[in-house]
Amino acid sequence: MSITKKDVEHVANLARLELSDAEKEQFGDQLNAILKYADKLNELNTDGIEPTSHVLPLANVMRADTVKPSWPIEKVLLNAPEEEDGQFKVPPVLE
Amino acid sequence: MSKYETVVGLEVHVELHTKSKIFCGCSTSFGAPPNTHTCPVCLGHPGVLPVLNRQAVEYAMKAAMAINCDIAEWCKFDRKNYFYPDSPKAYQISQFDQPIGENGWIDIEVNGQTKRIGITRLHLEEDAGKLTHIDGGFGSLADFNRVGTPLVEIVSEPDIRSPEEAKAYLEKLRAIMQYCDVSDVKMEEGSLRCDANISIRPYGQEKFGTRAELKNMNSFRGVQRGLEYEELRQADVLDSGGTVVQETRRWDEGQGKTISMRSKEEAHDYRYFPDPDLVRLHIDAEWKSRVQASIPELPDARQSRYIQQYGLSSYDAGVLTASMKLADFFEESLKHTSDAKASANWIMGELLGYLNANGLELDDVKITGQGLGEMIQLIEKGTISSKIAKTVFKGLIETGKSPQQIVEEQGLVQISDEGAILAVVDAIIAANPQSVEDFRNGKEKAIGFLVGQIMKETKGKANPGLVNKLLIDRLNA
Amino acid sequence: MSVFDLKLSEIHNRLHDKQLSVTDLVEQSFKRITDTDDKIGAFLTLNEEGARKEAQALDAQLASGDERGLLFGIPAGIKDNIVTEGLLTTCGSKFLGNHNPIYDAAVVTKLRAAQSVTIGKLNMDEFAMGGSNENSAYHPVHNPWDLDRVPGGSSGGSAAAVAAGQVYFTLGSDTGGSIRQPAAYCGVVGLKPTYGLVSRFGLVAFASSLDQIGPITKNVEDSAYVLQAIAGHDERDSTSANVEIPDYLSALTGDVKGLRIGVPKEYLGQGIDPQVKERVLEALKVFESMGAVWEEVSLPHTDYAVATYYLLASSEASSNLARFDGVRYGVRADNPSNLLDLYRRSRSEGFGAEVKRRIMLGTYALSSGYYDAYYKKAQQVRTLIKRDFDQVFEKFDLIIGPTAPTPAFKLGEQVGDPLTMYLNDICTIPVSLAGVPAISVPCGLADGLPVGLQIIGKPFDEQTVLRAAHAFESQTGFHNLRPALS
Repeated sequence: MSITKKDVEHVANLARLELSDAEKEQFGDQLNAILKYADKLNELNTDGIEPTSHVLPLANVMRADTVKPSWPIEKVLLNAPEEEDGQFKVPPVLE
Repeated sequence: MSKYETVVGLEVHVELHTKSKIFCGCSTSFGAPPNTHTCPVCLGHPGVLPVLNRQAVEYAMKAAMAINCDIAEWCKFDRKNYFYPDSPKAYQISQFDQPIGENGWIDIEVNGQTKRIGITRLHLEEDAGKLTHIDGGFGSLADFNRVGTPLVEIVSEPDIRSPEEAKAYLEKLRAIMQYCDVSDVKMEEGSLRCDANISIRPYGQEKFGTRAELKNMNSFRGVQRGLEYEELRQADVLDSGGTVVQETRRWDEGQGKTISMRSKEEAHDYRYFPDPDLVRLHIDAEWKSRVQASIPELPDARQSRYIQQYGLSSYDAGVLTASMKLADFFEESLKHTSDAKASANWIMGELLGYLNANGLELDDVKITGQGLGEMIQLIEKGTISSKIAKTVFKGLIETGKSPQQIVEEQGLVQISDEGAILAVVDAIIAANPQSVEDFRNGKEKAIGFLVGQIMKETKGKANPGLVNKLLIDRLNA
Repeated sequence: MSVFDLKLSEIHNRLHDKQLSVTDLVEQSFKRITDTDDKIGAFLTLNEEGARKEAQALDAQLASGDERGLLFGIPAGIKDNIVTEGLLTTCGSKFLGNHNPIYDAAVVTKLRAAQSVTIGKLNMDEFAMGGSNENSAYHPVHNPWDLDRVPGGSSGGSAAAVAAGQVYFTLGSDTGGSIRQPAAYCGVVGLKPTYGLVSRFGLVAFASSLDQIGPITKNVEDSAYVLQAIAGHDERDSTSANVEIPDYLSALTGDVKGLRIGVPKEYLGQGIDPQVKERVLEALKVFESMGAVWEEVSLPHTDYAVATYYLLASSEASSNLARFDGVRYGVRADNPSNLLDLYRRSRSEGFGAEVKRRIMLGTYALSSGYYDAYYKKAQQVRTLIKRDFDQVFEKFDLIIGPTAPTPAFKLGEQVGDPLTMYLNDICTIPVSLAGVPAISVPCGLADGLPVGLQIIGKPFDEQTVLRAAHAFESQTGFHNLRPALS
C-alpha cells in the first residue's frame, strides 16, 4: 500500500491542515516509510485477540448528576481570539 | 393514488433532562445568557477530561427499554471526529458500534390500524453548541451552553410508509419519552429533533429508491408537510424521467418546500474510534432490572386499560393517553367522580377545545383533575345544571378555585324550589299572552320561547326539568 | 557541596532549622537559571513574581513553625503541557503561544497542597511529540553534559533543568518514554508511574491511553517524595485508578535480597550501543552482589512495539489535537477568508512539522477503510505486548534493561529521519503500551555521557521499583555524578 499525493491531500483536508507542495511530498515519503515499517504488524496473527484500548480493567466510572458552578464569563472568553456579545466569533458558517 | 410507495426512516434526537451536562457539572437549563453555562471541560480546553453522568446513562437505558430495545451488556463511547465551530473538541462523544439499545419497536395507530415500526438502535451522545449568524452573513457567533447536554439518538427502521405514519410515530415516541420522564420533549425548544430519510419506489419493487435526507423540520406539522412535499417532488422527478439524487435537503417552513443544501465538498469520514478518556459501561442484570422497574405504565397499556376499565372507545382512550399529563389529569378527576365517560367528554370537548383555541398547554391553565371531578359531582347531585357547569368550568380554567367556591361566589346554585319557580312561571305567562295563545292553538314551539324566558329570568339557574313540568302543568290547567 | 546537591529531606531539615529560607531557595533557583539557561534553554516561562510571593508566604508560615506540606518550599519546574492557571502554558507550540489557562491541572493542585514553589514552565517537544526536544517551537534544549547534544525528549527541559541544578525537581510527562529517556540522557532519575496512578486532568493530551505524569529528580528518595505528593485517585479523570496509595518512602529499605529480575534479551540485542550494554550488565552484577537474582527472559513482541505505538499514539493525537482550531483559544491566523481557511491556516501556521506528520499519520490510520488494518490491528498487538509483560511478571518481580539503546546524540543528527528517531524509544515504548511503572536511574557513563538503567515493575508496584532503584543508587553513587557545566 502506498500513499499517493492525492491521499496526502485528502488526509490533510480531513485534518484541516494546509500543506505546501514540498510538505506534501515530504510527508508522503515519510508516511510511506512509516507505514511500510508498520506493515510488519501483519506478520502477527491477531485473529481472536481482543483489542486493548485501556490497560486498566476499569468499567462504569460515573459521577452523580449534580450541578456545579460554571466558569465566570470573563474566564470563558479570556483566551478567545475574537468575541462579540459574550460569544466566540468565527467567519460565517455556510449552510 | 400515486403509483409510488413512500419509504421513510426517522432519526430522532431527544435531549435528556438531567440537571447537569453529560460529561461535566454545568447546568443544562435552557435560556441562560450565552456561554454562562460553560467550564473548561465543555469548552474543550486543553487538558480536560470527561466524566460520565450516571443519570444520563439511566435515562438512556429507560428510554431504550420503553421502546422495547435489547440493552447492551457492555458498551462504550466513541469519538466522532469533525470540525465545526459548534463542536469545541472537534469531536463528538457518541456511541458507534456498541449502542446502549438495539432492535426495538413501537406500535402506532393510523386510520384505525395498528402498525409496528422497528427501531434499529438508541445511543447516547452529547449535544453541540448553538451558532447564530450576524452582520448580514459576515460572521457567526458560538454559544456553548448547550454543548454536552445529553442526547439519545433513536434511529427507526425504514418501516414508515407515509408522512402520516411518520407523524404518528413521532407523536408516539414523544408520548413514551414523556411517560418515562426522561425528557421535556419540546420540539420548539429543540429538546426533540427529527431528521428523516425518505425515498419512493414503484409499488411492488423491492429495492429502495435513492433517499434524500430531510432536516430542519421543527414541528410535528413540519415533519408531515416536509415529507408530503418531498414525496411529491421525488415522484415528479421520476415521472419526468429524472433520477433522485442522494442529498441533504432543508425543509423551509415559510416557503413550504424542501431546498437542497449545498452539497458538502467532501464525503464525511468521521474516523470513529473508542474514546480513550472514558471507560466501558457494564450494564448487569441487577442495574437493568432496577431501571426497568422505574418505567411507569406506558401509553399503549394505559389506553387498553381505559377501554377495559372505563368502557371508553379506543379513540377516546387514545386521545387521553397521547399526553401523560392529560391522562394523569383524567385519572385525578376520577378520584372525585365515578363518571369516567363524563370526565372524558369534558376533557376532550371543553378542555382540549379551550387549549387548542388559545394555543395553550395543560400546564398553562389552572384547572385540576380534582376540580373537574368535583364539578361533575355537583352536576350529578343536581347542585348545578349542565348548562351552568360550562360557566363553572370556565372559572376552573381561569381561577383554579374549587367548583364549590365558584358556584357559591357567583350564586350559581340551581333553583329547584317549586314555589320559587312557579312564581316566575306565572309572571312569564302573564307577560306573554300571545305565546300562551299560540301554545293553546297547538303551536308546540311556543313552549321553547317561554322556557327560554323563564331561564333568562332565573339567570339559567332554574332546574330545567322542573321548569318544563311546572310550565306545562300551568298551561294545561 | 552546593545546596543543589541536597536531597529534599535535607532541604526540609535546613528549612526547619532556619538555616535556609524559602526565599533563599527560590532566589538561588532563579540565579542558577540566569547563569545557565541561556546555554541550556530548559525554561519557556518563569514564574518570578508568583514564586517570590509564594516564597514570602511560605517563609511567614515557616516563622510560625507551621511548615506542613510534603514538599514545603521546594523550587520546582513543570513541563509546559501541564496547565497552570494564569501561567502561560504553550506545550512548546506556537499555536498556544498566548495560552493563559483558566484552571490548574490536578497535579498542580496537589503540588500546591504539598507547598512546593513553581519556578516556571519547562521546554518540551511540541505537544510532547519527539525524543530530542528539537521539536520545540521556541528553542532547543541543550544537554548539560554536552551542550552539542540533545537532552532527550519530550520532557527535555524537565530533565535538563534538574541536571543543571536549576530546580530541585520537575514534573514531566511520559507517553512512550518521554520522562525516562531524557532522564537517562541527562543523568537524572525519571519515573513513569503505572498508567492511572497520577491524574491526567490538566495534562494536555497527546495519546490519552498512554500519557502519564511523573517526577524527574536527582535521586530516588526525592522521586518517592514527589510521587507521594502527586499520586492518587481523581474523580475528574475517568481513567484514574482508585487504589490505595502506599507510603513510598518506607519502601526504600535498601534491601533487594531475593528479588527476582528478568532481563529481556530483546533489550540488549541489535542496535544497542556496546558501552550501554556494558553498563547494564555491570548494574546487574551490582544487584547480584546485593542478593538479587537475575536471568534472561524474552518479551517476544518487542520488535512490534514501535510500530504499534506510532499508530496508536498518532491516531489518538490526531483527535486530541483537533480542538486546536482557533475558535476558543490559541493563535488564530490573520484575516481568514472563511471558516475553512481559519482552520487550515491557524493549524498549519501553529503546528510544527513533527506534529503535522503525526496528525497526518493518525488521521490516515483512522480513516475509512484503514481502521481495521492499522488502528485495530495495533490495539490487538498491544494486547500481545501487554501479555508478554504479564507472563514475565508471573515469575519475576522486576524487569531490568537499558532505558535507551544509546547515550544522547548530537543536535541535528536525526532531524529529518523520523523513523530512526522513533527507534530510540525501543526500550521504553513497550513499557508504556503495557501501562506498567518504570524508572530510569543513572548507571554510569559512556564516553562521558550518562547512561540510564530502566527498572520496570508490576502494575501499581512502584514500591518495588523504587526500592530496587534506591538500593542501586545507594550502592553505586552514580546519581552523584554532575555535568561539568560551568
